[in-house]
Amino acid sequence: MPDGASRADGETLERLYGKLYLTRRFEEVVADIYPTDKIKSPVHLSIGQEPIAVGVCDALRADDVVSGTYRGHAAYLAKGGDAKAMMAELFGKDGGCARGKGGSMHLVDIAHGVLGSSAVVGSTVPIAMGYAFALKREGRGRVVAAFFGDGATEEGVLWESLNFAALHKLPILFVCENNGYAIHEPIEKRWAARDLIAKVTAFGLPASRMDGSDVVAIRAAAASAVGPMRTGAHGPSFIECLTYRWREHVGPNADFDAGYRSRAELEPWAAADAVTRVGAMLGPAVRHTIESEIERQVRDAVSFAEQSSMPALSELKTHVFA
Amino acid sequence: MSSLNGKEPATNGARAGRMLRYVDALAEAVAQEMERDPRVFVYGLDVDDHKRIQGSTKGLLERFGPERVFTTPLSEDAMTGFGIGAAMAGMRPVHVHIRMDFLMLCMNQLVNMAAKAHYMYGGTVKVPMVVRSMIGKSWGQGAQHSQGLYSMFMHVPGLKVVAPSNAYDAKGCMIAAIRDDNPVIFVEHRLLYPTEAPVPVEPFVVEFGRARVMRRGEDLTIVGISNMAVECLRAAELLADAGIAADVIDPVCLAPLDVDTIIQSAEQTGRLLVVDNAWTNCGASAEIIARVAERPVRNRSIRFERMGFAPTTCPTTPALEQEFYPNPARIAAVGYRLVRPGDGKWSPDPRRAELSYQVQFRGPF
Repeated sequence: MPDGASRADGETLERLYGKLYLTRRFEEVVADIYPTDKIKSPVHLSIGQEPIAVGVCDALRADDVVSGTYRGHAAYLAKGGDAKAMMAELFGKDGGCARGKGGSMHLVDIAHGVLGSSAVVGSTVPIAMGYAFALKREGRGRVVAAFFGDGATEEGVLWESLNFAALHKLPILFVCENNGYAIHEPIEKRWAARDLIAKVTAFGLPASRMDGSDVVAIRAAAASAVGPMRTGAHGPSFIECLTYRWREHVGPNADFDAGYRSRAELEPWAAADAVTRVGAMLGPAVRHTIESEIERQVRDAVSFAEQSSMPALSELKTHVFA
Repeated sequence: MSSLNGKEPATNGARAGRMLRYVDALAEAVAQEMERDPRVFVYGLDVDDHKRIQGSTKGLLERFGPERVFTTPLSEDAMTGFGIGAAMAGMRPVHVHIRMDFLMLCMNQLVNMAAKAHYMYGGTVKVPMVVRSMIGKSWGQGAQHSQGLYSMFMHVPGLKVVAPSNAYDAKGCMIAAIRDDNPVIFVEHRLLYPTEAPVPVEPFVVEFGRARVMRRGEDLTIVGISNMAVECLRAAELLADAGIAADVIDPVCLAPLDVDTIIQSAEQTGRLLVVDNAWTNCGASAEIIARVAERPVRNRSIRFERMGFAPTTCPTTPALEQEFYPNPARIAAVGYRLVRPGDGKWSPDPRRAELSYQVQFRGPF
């Protein structure tokens, strides 16, 4: 269960709050717009899970790389992905990060180190590992953070990837966002053995379980994992971040009336909400400045998406081959 | 081509090179590309063991070291994704599978990621990756070591599929595949490994999407894929005994497919027989004939036949296995009926059919 935020210096907290507020507000605005059908893509909102991506990405360099999932809005934004291009992508516009051909589930921003995300659970994990191999060969100390959910641990490819990354000491941080559900199915119906850390450590890499609401602790854990990777002194690491998805699996709404989970489950997570708690650690003036700046960024993203044009019909047949 | 009477056809000497086996042509192509481009690396189960994938990775470990030539855990799914990630990061992986059947373990990564990455990420990434695999045949290869599954990959936009049938094309296509910015499914056949052709020493590229006319004849067009290209040449020799002259075409590249060369020939002969190294149902032969059929042909209608694996699982016992595959005698018999439909009884002399196995394609290229 979440218990809150660890300590960090003021500057770090301000930076973390900016990213937390951005990821939260961006998705709240997406959820608000969604019923208008301006967004031409299914959306899998990260709301509630943002501290994981924000904490990990704050420990990364600008030239590091992340891979994400179809619930990847937070990872994209936290790594510094272009918010305007992302909103335009959701709108199916030519100005989108994938020129309107990928949508919410295939966000990409190579310039900012965001590998494309995928709608097939677990499928970006080995790709992130291959990228880490290339970065190791490059020798500039860059690393990869691979985000995936608890469902991905049920795919064989995850374990194949852990084994190979450990065997070759690849510079990759595996980040499991364990929100307890694969679509609507709880872990109780999916896992025979509940101790993920024990399973992962058996593959030969260090692993630890974290409170997914504690953005500062996640940041610290990520920093201490990736630091030694940069020098080649250390291979991969794994963190399991316990978290909770506040909205429905896909779509803008809550779904506590659907019968598969109760609103009571949400309560401790909502009480530990990192956006609220980190925000409360800042002075009102600082907080106001950060929030107004983010609100402006989100507004700009929406107007960019609105003004961007739909792709030309010729785009259908471009990019089939490089 | 070395013919049944032992006469070698003229080759264009300047480009002919020395005689090289298919298997050595593969290794030479990869070595030359690794020499040229430090981003190229070779990986896959057994690429560095003492057998070196039947010799097709021979010499690479010694020349380029374990950093660039390394084995993997079996893990085909993750190892495919690994190559895709390395390729996205700018490397040029060559992933090796000793049987094509094992590609079924790679399907998610090949179909959902490799084929689509360039498109679904709006052109911002490329996947310059080669996936080598070998089709087995004979000596009990059986159900899971014999499949020619390339039509599954032809179906998917974003993948290139190439299946060279001789040493020259093996080298030129391999170099082209490594230099290509897209994922290339490179299909080899075990029985082609020892076959020889003149192959230039220097690196060269066989351009994708251009079929090779291996033999000229005005009565019938025969298209043979992978090892069946060689079987079709043998069949053409047998048909020549009956006074029937066949055009034999190897598509070489299945995606993109050079249908124009096939149409051009079929329009001339009016008869098209496609012989696949796979099942006919939803296969490359279906695609080729459909594409020829849907073209408006001005002058004449074309009659079609196709042949492929029996619609069964491949059995191991030779008694049944020989019934499973098209062979030169059977191909020749079908070709004969296509040309002379009224006379269905002809079949080649069994002794000549046996001899036909000496036929190899050796150019001109």
